[in-house]
Amino acid sequence: MTFLNVQDIHHTYFTKSNAVTALSNISLQVEEGEFISFLGPSGCGKTTLLSIIAGLFQPTEGRVELEGKQVATLKSEIGYMLQQDYLFPWKTIEENILLGLKINHHLDEEKKAYAKDLLLQMGLSDVESLYPKQLSGGMRQRVALVRTLATEPKLLMLDEPFSALDYQTKLHLENLVSDTLKSFGKTAILVTHDIGEAIAMSDRIYLFSPSPGKVHKVFEVPEELRECSPFDTRNHPLNAEIFQTIWKEMESLGSQESHKSTP
Amino acid sequence: MDHKSHTKALHNAYIRSLKKEKYWVRFYQLVIFLIFFAGWEIASKNQWIDPLIFSSPSKVWELFLIKVQDGTLFYDLGFTLSETILGFILGTLLGTILAAILWWSPFLSKILDPYLVILNSMPKVALGPILIVALGPSFTSIVAMGTIISVIITTIVVYTSFREVDPNYIKVLQTFGGTRFQIFKEAILPSSFPVIISTLKVNVGLSWVGVIVGEFLVASKGLGYMIIYGFQVFNFTLVMLSLLVIAVLATIMYQAVEFLEKKLIKNN
Repeated sequence: MTFLNVQDIHHTYFTKSNAVTALSNISLQVEEGEFISFLGPSGCGKTTLLSIIAGLFQPTEGRVELEGKQVATLKSEIGYMLQQDYLFPWKTIEENILLGLKINHHLDEEKKAYAKDLLLQMGLSDVESLYPKQLSGGMRQRVALVRTLATEPKLLMLDEPFSALDYQTKLHLENLVSDTLKSFGKTAILVTHDIGEAIAMSDRIYLFSPSPGKVHKVFEVPEELRECSPFDTRNHPLNAEIFQTIWKEMESLGSQESHKSTP
Repeated sequence: MDHKSHTKALHNAYIRSLKKEKYWVRFYQLVIFLIFFAGWEIASKNQWIDPLIFSSPSKVWELFLIKVQDGTLFYDLGFTLSETILGFILGTLLGTILAAILWWSPFLSKILDPYLVILNSMPKVALGPILIVALGPSFTSIVAMGTIISVIITTIVVYTSFREVDPNYIKVLQTFGGTRFQIFKEAILPSSFPVIISTLKVNVGLSWVGVIVGEFLVASKGLGYMIIYGFQVFNFTLVMLSLLVIAVLATIMYQAVEFLEKKLIKNN
């Protein structure tokens, strides 16, 4: 049985003046422990698909199953990381990382110790009693990762979690997230518009084309690159090759777009 | 090394200049205070202003001492203060609860929207006579005045702030499977605390208006009654005393809210 099964997803947003089809005919399967990227220009429905997979709302058509169960029924098994940390500014770091456990009523001493241990693993010591604004952007995003992992989700959704960080912090965090997820054997889906990041982080890349959003092409990242850390992947000779391939595909998408818009 | 001590010296000079400025601000504030009361006293003594209407600080002070000694001032003051604080708390609390109900049900909020606009634009003190007839000329109807004057505006302001909470905080809670109540408790309410506090500040003033008008209409005791009684018997020293006491009390209440603000929102 596939770990995550996304079957024939269609999604349409309705407004007063029109109906916009955001996603059309999306089917994909993810095996346990895989790292997948959704790559594409903005407005191709990547985040919508991520929200649907996370069970935040129902698609107009189609279904999403995690280990054979509908995702809408098992929200707390899916972790979600947003573009910014969205730590609650009025809560201490400790309260922030325990928030998920508190919400789904699983907060006990054991889980608490687990969350605090995660914080240490992320290289954050003596921050429990601080408030988010006292930390740097990279530290805050690491705390947000701890908050997401503290509930021990089976599937992790990463919605451009590095896009608001400076380049150096981003490279550091990519390695950290990749290592952490590998060591826990977590399955993850990353949304990004950065080709380099998609190659560096993932095993497989789904390239999306816009209006309506659909899967344009699937790229398997070569075995050699998968075994490298994200930072080493970026410097690997194979990286340039696959980057070129994906880049050309994305370019062709862009030119199709400009043809469409000039009738 | 030399550079370091130089920076320290500059910093000290900066701190000194800040202290100096603060000192001058306090000085001029005191000057204005003294000029006002001295000017009032002198103008009244020399009949530049009618002492019957404008009284004078010395007469107000004498009356103050008399009323403190016979205890009548504290009796009136306690009456009015309890009405105001009760009206103020009820107005803010009911307004926030109403806002929460509107947030809970967007459908209801669409239905009630025009009624809120009407209630907000209506002068609430005009409801005074109706309240008095309905609730009786008593403590209750005065508290109701103090409440009603602030409740609608509180509802509107707090509800707006509830709706403006960054939807991504809600999304974070939803990904953990948060219920609507948990979303309200963990994200909506705490992130609206600054707005609630600032409506508290406005409501301090509004509740005093409501209570004083209420006392004008019905009371046989209280600071509002002192004003209206002083006006009727042409004892303007009594009116002035009452005004000054109200000014002091309202300021203290405002300061208390500011203190609460500092305690509640250190980290936003």
